[in-house]
Amino acid sequence: MSTTKVIIFSLIMTSISAFILAGLFYATAPMAKKGEEVFNKRAILGAVKNYVDDYENLTDDQVLSIFDEIDQIAIDMKGNTLKDIQADKVDLAQERKKPEADRILPFFKYTTGGKSYYILSTRGKGLWDDIWGYIALESDLRTIAGASFDHKGETPGLGAEIKDNESFSANFIGKTIYDLDGTYNPVMVAKGPAKPNTNTVDGISGATITGDGVGDMVVKWLEYYEPYLDKIKSDSKIGMK
Amino acid sequence: MADTATATPQVKEPLFGKKERRLITDPLNDNNPITVQVLGICSALAVTTQIVPSFVMAIAVIFVCAFSNLTTSIIRNHIPKQIRMIVQLVIIATLVTVVELVLKAFNYPIYKQLSVFIGLIITNCIIMGRLEAFALANKPWRSFLDGIGNGLGYGAILLLVAAIRELTGKGALVGIPIFPQSFYDAGYFNNNLMVLPASALLVIGVLIWIQRAWNPKLVDVS
Repeated sequence: MSTTKVIIFSLIMTSISAFILAGLFYATAPMAKKGEEVFNKRAILGAVKNYVDDYENLTDDQVLSIFDEIDQIAIDMKGNTLKDIQADKVDLAQERKKPEADRILPFFKYTTGGKSYYILSTRGKGLWDDIWGYIALESDLRTIAGASFDHKGETPGLGAEIKDNESFSANFIGKTIYDLDGTYNPVMVAKGPAKPNTNTVDGISGATITGDGVGDMVVKWLEYYEPYLDKIKSDSKIGMK
Repeated sequence: MADTATATPQVKEPLFGKKERRLITDPLNDNNPITVQVLGICSALAVTTQIVPSFVMAIAVIFVCAFSNLTTSIIRNHIPKQIRMIVQLVIIATLVTVVELVLKAFNYPIYKQLSVFIGLIITNCIIMGRLEAFALANKPWRSFLDGIGNGLGYGAILLLVAAIRELTGKGALVGIPIFPQSFYDAGYFNNNLMVLPASALLVIGVLIWIQRAWNPKLVDVS
């Protein structure tokens, strides 16, 4: 077979392939976008799952409608509100690449039954790849009401337990990020079982590095929110002793 | 594979004759792509911690295998010899991307869970193996059946391995806990080793052993 024929064959072949894929991509793009949106919002709601009715069985549309009720604010590192940016559009993976001072933080306020929960976002590094999580604070802005974690590529059965094992995130409930006098003293992940009556949660045996990663990211990112939390406190006198 | 080459004056071939049925049933046992040909092991190790992702993976491979066989077979007499493998790869890659886009649109959580392994179907040796060994020399309908058969053979092993690993590693099937809490209270532990990829190799090894002990056709008489 001559070279010309080979070239013509490959041109026709790749054009057909490109045409099919481009068409399908544009046809499915809106659905894929919705899928991703629901997936992310469901994860954020995971931090307050104890306060969402029937969280495990929420349909996609329910997730979106609950989220419509949530107040969301994007803030900068100095605690200023950024009006032009939508908090649920902030991509923490990108923010983590920026210098610390330029990072933008999403902030969500979920209100149900007259009580408000403040959801803070965190992102860090596990053993193999990125890990991230959402921490919900009670309205006193110091007690943790719930947490949810996820990861990109931690080992199943070990590091991946931060997501798969409900009890890991459940242990964060009731821990605090500030001492009573207002000193920043966030919850830590212990190596092995947590000592009783300390502000620590159980580590995962066999996943010390992932556990440390969770601890580091929580400590680092919750502190980012401090200027903004201080503003809320001084506005409403919450938690002021 | 050689039997179609004897192109005697073609009487209408039956749609589901004995030969056609064998195309589907052979890869399930006597010629299983995983346990007999030992192809496609990589993905079998990676996705089989739970049944649900394994099931989706199996469907994806059946689809890609069947339709890449079909497409290759239809154009088999026009494919330039010099770029035969590249053409096959383009076909496979196109179909895999179709699967990826469809999955992303219709079930985003599973898409996230399988992540890179959907893309890696392209490198699944079973698929290219069937194109080379079967689709290039056979008619479209038979190639299509051969693709489905091999996909099913792959999927069956995948589900079996996933069921064993999910049950022993997580104490659940399809995400539903099987063992009552009293088992754990009595000192039963989920076996964490079964969740790690290495255990899939052990399980597949044991499956190959059992299959050979039970199916005399597979015993080497060398």
